[in-house]
Parts: sequence; C-alpha cells; structure tokens
Amino acid sequence: MLTLLLILLPFLTAALLMLFSDQQAKTIAICSAVIELILACFTLHILQSGANPSLLTLKYSWISSLGISFNIAMDGISMLMVLIASLVMPLVVFSSFNKVYNNSKMLYAMMMIMQGAMIGVFCASDGFLFYLFWEIALIPIYFICLIWGGANRQKITFKFFIYTLFGSLFMLLALIYVYLHTPERSFDIQALYAAGRSLPVVEQGWVMGAFFLAFAIKMPIFPFHTWQPDTYYTAPTPGVMLLSGVMSKMATYGLIRWVLPMVPQGLFEYGHIAIVFSVISILYASCISIIQKDFKYLIAYASIAHLGLISAGILAANAQSLQGAMMEMLNHAINTVGLFFVYDIIVNRTGTSEMKQLGGIRSIDSSFAFMFFIIILSVVALPFTNGFVGEFLLILGLFQNSPISASIAGLSIILGVVYMFRSFQTMMLGETSKITLNLPKLTIQEKSTLYIIVILIIGFGVYPKPILEITENTIKTLLQGIQ
Amino acid sequence: MKELLLISGLGVFALVAGLLNLRKLMMPIVIIGLLANIGLCISDWDSNEIVYNMLMLDNFALAFTIIFSVTTIIWFISAADYFNDDNNFSDHYALVLFSLTGGFLLVSFTHMVMLFLGIEILSIPLFVLVGSNKTKLRSNEAAFKYFLLGSFASAFMLFGITLIYGSTGTFNTQAIAVFLSQSGTVPPLVFAGMLCLLMAMSFKVSAAPFHFWAPDVYQGAPTHITAYMSTVVKTVAFAAFFRLFKTSFDTMQTEYMMALAIMSAVTMLIANITASVQENVKRMLAYSSISHAGFMLVTVLTIKSNSAGILLYYAMVYSISSICAFAVLKQIKIHSNGREIIDAFKGLLGRNRLMAISMTLALLSMSGIPPLAGFMAKYLVFTAAITNGYLWLAIVGVIGSLIAVFYYFKIIIVMYGKSDADHSTTIQLPWHIQLVFVICCIGMLLLAFIPDIILGML
Repeated sequence: MLTLLLILLPFLTAALLMLFSDQQAKTIAICSAVIELILACFTLHILQSGANPSLLTLKYSWISSLGISFNIAMDGISMLMVLIASLVMPLVVFSSFNKVYNNSKMLYAMMMIMQGAMIGVFCASDGFLFYLFWEIALIPIYFICLIWGGANRQKITFKFFIYTLFGSLFMLLALIYVYLHTPERSFDIQALYAAGRSLPVVEQGWVMGAFFLAFAIKMPIFPFHTWQPDTYYTAPTPGVMLLSGVMSKMATYGLIRWVLPMVPQGLFEYGHIAIVFSVISILYASCISIIQKDFKYLIAYASIAHLGLISAGILAANAQSLQGAMMEMLNHAINTVGLFFVYDIIVNRTGTSEMKQLGGIRSIDSSFAFMFFIIILSVVALPFTNGFVGEFLLILGLFQNSPISASIAGLSIILGVVYMFRSFQTMMLGETSKITLNLPKLTIQEKSTLYIIVILIIGFGVYPKPILEITENTIKTLLQGIQ
Repeated sequence: MKELLLISGLGVFALVAGLLNLRKLMMPIVIIGLLANIGLCISDWDSNEIVYNMLMLDNFALAFTIIFSVTTIIWFISAADYFNDDNNFSDHYALVLFSLTGGFLLVSFTHMVMLFLGIEILSIPLFVLVGSNKTKLRSNEAAFKYFLLGSFASAFMLFGITLIYGSTGTFNTQAIAVFLSQSGTVPPLVFAGMLCLLMAMSFKVSAAPFHFWAPDVYQGAPTHITAYMSTVVKTVAFAAFFRLFKTSFDTMQTEYMMALAIMSAVTMLIANITASVQENVKRMLAYSSISHAGFMLVTVLTIKSNSAGILLYYAMVYSISSICAFAVLKQIKIHSNGREIIDAFKGLLGRNRLMAISMTLALLSMSGIPPLAGFMAKYLVFTAAITNGYLWLAIVGVIGSLIAVFYYFKIIIVMYGKSDADHSTTIQLPWHIQLVFVICCIGMLLLAFIPDIILGML
C-alpha cells in the first residue's frame, strides 16, 4: 500500500495542480515533494524494522490473459532509488523558485508525472509494468524540454526522444522474448529471472545486448551519448536536474534489477564488452570536458564520465562495486543538482555560462564560491565528501574484475580534478569581468538550497554507513542468486 | 439476420427521409439505430445463427459488428457538419449506411458470393462518397481512380473465386477447407485462386505493393470520408481477409505465409518512409493508415495462434486514434483557409488546448507510445509475431514504428511552438466536436488499461 501511495501521490498532485493558478502551483508542488520525501523516509523505516512487510508489496492481477499484473515491491535497492528520486524532487522544485516560468503549473505537473513514473520504474516487479513506467517517464521530460527549453530545442529534443525510444523498443523485444520462454506466460519478475537464466548463453548475450542498448542510451554511454550534451544544454534547469539527477539512474537501476539477475551467464560471457564501452565513455567524456568552454556542457560531459564509472561498476558485479554504484548514484544525483543549480544562479544573473566571460565571483560573493567549491570537491571524490565513498568502492570492485579497466577508470578522478578545478578557477577566481562586476548576492532561498546540498554532501561523506546499510542485504541476496 | 435488416432498413429509411425532408432528424435516428444494432449483437452473442448457408453470425462476426458500429457512431458525431452541408444534395446518410450493410456481409460471410457482394456493396457507395466534393477536381480524380482500380481488384477476386469453385466445386468457405484437408495436396487451381484472392484482399486493405491507390484517394476525398475509409472500411476489410483465410485456407499456410510476411514488412517500411517526407498532413495520415495495415497484416499471418482478438483490438484502437486525428485536421482546415500542411498546426496549443491535447494523444497512440492504447496494440502484434517465430518481422515493425515517430512528432513539435501571425486566433469548437475529442481521449487511455474488454470478446 505504502509503495502504491509513493507512486500515486505525484500523479495525484499533477492532477490537482490543474485546478489551481500558476502562483499557487509552486506551493502545492513543494508541499507534495516534501510529503513524498517524508513518506519515503517512513517507508525506509518500515523496511528496516522488518515489521509489516505486506505494507510494501502489492500484487493485483491486471491483464490476466497476458500474464501482466500490477506488481510492486520494495527492497533495499528500490528503496535507495526511491529516496534519490524523492530527495532530488524538493531540491528541484525549490531551486525553480528563482525563475518565473510561463504556464508554470503545467511545468510542475509534468515534473510530478515524471517523478511518479520514475518511482514506478524503481518499484515495479513486473516486466511489463517496468516498461510502461519507463516510457511514461519519457513523455513529460520531452514536453518539458520542448515547451520550456532553450534555443533550437525542437530538433534537439526530437533527437533525444527518437534516440531513447529506439533503445527502449529493443528492450521491449528482448523482454517479450524472455516472456515467451516463461512456462506460464507471465511477466512476473521471478518468472522472468528463471526464464532468462534457462536460455542458452548466446541468447542471454543477445538479451543482455538489447537491454544494455536501451540503458546505454539512457545513461548515456559512448557511443550512444550524442543526444545528451545538446539536450542538457537546451533543457530548462528543472528539466535537466531531473534528467541527469534521476532519469539517468533509471538506466543504472535497470542494469542491476533486470540484467544482472536475468541473464547472468550472458553477463559473464559478454559483459566485458559493455565494460569496455563504459570505460571508454569515462575517458572520452573526461577528455572532452577539459576542452569545454561552456559550463553547462562541462557538467553534461562530466555526467557522462560519472555514469560510465557507475555502469562499469555494476557490470563488474561484485559486492563492493555494486555497493559503490548504489552510493555513487545517490552522490551523482546530489552533485549534479548542485552543479546545475550553480549554473542556474550564474546564468540568471549574468545571462551567459561561457566560462571565459566570467571571473572573480569569489571576491564578490565568497560564500557562494565556497559552497560551489565543496560541490566540486565532492565531484572529484575528495575524502570526507560523499563522492569519495562511492568512487572508492567502485574502483575497488572494478579492480577485482579487471585491474586495467580499474586503472583507466581511476584516471577519471585525475581528469575530473583538471576540468572541475579549471572551471572553478576561471569562473570564481581571477579578475572580475564586466559582467560579474555588479553581481547581486545570493537570495536566502538560493543560499538555503545550496546549504542543504552542502550538508548532504558532507553528511554522507563523513557517515555513509546508513546509506550503505540500506542496500547491503539486498545486494548480498542478489549476488547469491547469480552464482 | 436482424442486424442485416436493421442496417439496410436504416439505409432505405434514410433515402425516404431525404424525400420527406426529415434530414435534420437523421443524425439521432442513425445513432439510435446503430446503438440498437450493438444491442442486437449482444443479445445474439454465442447464438451462431446461420442465415441460409450464406452468413453465419458467430462471435467473430458479432464482435466486429459491434466494433464497427461503435466506430461509425463516433465518426457520425464528428462528421455532422458534412451531412448538414447544403452543398451535398444527394443523401449521404443512405450511402454510408449501405456501405455499412456491405461491411456487415463482409464480417459474417460463409459463402464466396457473399464475400464478393459484400465488397461491392461496401465499395460502390464509397466511389460516390469519395467524389462527393463535386467542385473539386482532386475529389473527382480520386473517385475515378478508386473506381477503376477497385473494379480491377474485384475482377481479381471474382477470378479467384471461380478458380477455386472450378477445383473444389463449392462456394462454401468451410466446405473449401474440408476439401483441402481431404485432398492432401493443394490443387494448382486452388493455389492460383488463393493468390488472386490474396491480391484482391490486399488491395482492399491497402497493403503494399497494392497500396498505390490509397494516398491519392485518401487525399482527394472529403476529409470525413477519408476518416471513414481509413477506419470503418479498413476494419471490415481486414475482418473479411482474416475470416476468409482462417476458415478456407487454414491448411495452406505454408504456401502463403512467406508472401504475407514479406508484404507486411514492406508495407510497414515503405508506408512509413514515404509518410516521413510528406508535407501535407492528410496525405501523411493516409500513408500512416497504410503502415497500420502492415501491422494488422501480422495478425493474419499469425492466424494459428488465434490472433482474431488482437486484430479486433488493433482495429478499434487505430480507429479511435484516427478519427480523432482526422477530426482535428478537419477543424484546422476550417480555421486556416483550407490548408492541410504541417505548418497549419503551428501554435495549436495556444489556439485551442483541447484540440492540441487530443491531437497529441492521437499521434502518440498511433506511434505506439505508452501509456496509450496504441502501444498495447503494437505490443500485442509484436508478441504474436515473436510467438510464431517472426522475430525479424517484429524488428522490422520496431524500425517502422521509429520512422513513424519521426513524422508524427513533426506535427506535435509545431503544435507546441509559436503560431503564425495570420492564423493565431483562438478556435471555438462546436460541442459535438468537443464530445468526439473527449470520447476519443478517454477511449485511447482506457483501452490501454483494460484491453481485456476487447481481447476477451474473441
């Protein structure tokens, strides 16, 4: 029931928003997002106390002739993902307050639908339901980018849509293929696992390939990343926060939930190819980040690099790398939201995100520069920030699988320092330019958003144990199932 | 039998009503008549009534009758202005109802002569309706083209029926199946006859490579008639196709399966590729209609896994989406000086929100994106294809769907952009059009979540 409530609340809010005016929409959206977060925390409490497990699952036969059921469940992995989605959402809504969007109730409604669909993806225990939510999440973000996006948005968002749909449809075919091998024609997750494992190795490889294609496009992974930088650039700030903060995690979550347990032999046989792509992705995106002139493009490419690392860690499939991947998903969500918020603050004030034109912001608003610096430290995985825990575990796990990919992936940290610090130097240090000379100070609302992000970064960095505990047992059972 | 009498009786009444000047009352009468028809079908459910060895009202026939009656009712509401137009002197109600009579024969025949009569009764009123925009050259051309090519296809059908009769000695579809299963090998005459019938039916459902008539005819015909042709007519033609091949040629599957699979693949690809370069929305929707025929052909291909329910569902979903899209197109034409090009849709969101949202849902449904019913329909088709070992066809279908997204989204993108300076006034919709949009939107969403109400019929 509780899980159902988590999924339904955003959808209901979206419907509710239609009844109110644009000014009231803000308040309703933030209230809903906060209630959702509280609800998620309550769910976490129920999950960890182990009492009343029936509160967390719901199974209802939906289209019985096709073996489709409305089957949702909650375990450690889903829980952390739901927490990410419900933690990011209030930040996104709150950060959108410093800009006036046309027709903003539609914008908030779209964001809410997206949140509901993404939580649906994270909780679905039925293959068909998973696919349904997966696609539903795509539609609102497409319209967010199309209606509220920047220059040349039509072409860019269209490319984004076609690209992701292309991958999803092949995933659908693979899903149908496995479904047809279940004895009773059922989309139930356990039936699909059993059917997938009984397939010959080569077929498992194909199924994995089709799933990985969909996920690699969504994350994105080299060479399927070409839609991403432009889409991130043109998307409005709330849209891009949701895209990179939560939506890309749908793909990494999908790898853990659907590929690993369903086609383990295919993974052991052909997984290294996918790891190679992921590692190339890390190196390639990091190098490109270094030469970016625009801050938003820099964040976009940095995002590709980090997701490549997460993907490689998941495909290495051992306890450390999976734990690291889960942790890093949370970090990446917080960090990108932070970075895009910094971008939003700068662009709202100066109208440009070209780094060369900025400079000397530290001397005007030192607390802003300081908080930006902490976010950067987390992105480059310095100890005592949350980024460190995740990346350390990831690289440790990856090393057990293949030392070469681990050492190449490790390069990403060094390259990360290069591009992140360079951006800090050009934008925050040095002489003030004409544009930054009269930069207004941060508003209280902006400051408080940044404070929350910084507290989360340092809090999880110093004491990551509660987060790691959420997923620990689930990952153990998952790995036992594979071997 | 009652259903046949009711529909044809309504047609005759419509003729008389034209004389008695009752035209204003016709719309409610027709809608009530069609609702009564649905009621009759439900009361006859499971009765398997046989009408003089010519028709059999099995559940297949009744289910398709219900579906095309529902579609026709929605279409009638959306096309009210077509019937109230004073320029149309001839009585179009009667023509549409007569073509529905043909449709009824087509979904219920057990005798080859009924198949032929059904096709002719369906087509001849359509020739007139397509040309009913008398002052437009394109409409005349379309009617003429449709007539010539349609007669050609009918000739093929007759030829096929004769060849089969010559070899099997019967017109009865079940007797043909019995003959084939007893004879063991397929006589060459039956094979040739089957091929002729395959061609004729493919022409009627506009499957490639027999689709060339469709874009011109669809574009030339009045928009409402195009909507009628691409929904109701297509549904009954597919029902006849399915019925014929299921009852008569079940034992000959090895002979025609490959041909049908290739035709289906070619239809999906060619129609979608051609549609993506169209600037005229009506022509684009015509090609889209052809491409959906490719998907529906898959259900004929997977006959042995009992895919009639899938065909029924696909036809219903496609009909609702298509009627919605054509109704929007018609309104756009009215409010932008008869333009049919994509740019006429510019800024529709600002001009009329209901229209923009309905069109978006219709296009998303046709491109098969969840959570709309079109996705469910395509999903069922893909599943049927893969179950029967046509994985490659499913992949072709996926590629076809992607190309389709490409052109459907061209319209969506301009709708949410800025509007033209000359056509930026808000559009006021008459209530009956609003009703159609609401019905279609609810239908497209509802059918996705409870597909069993249609799938369970067969």
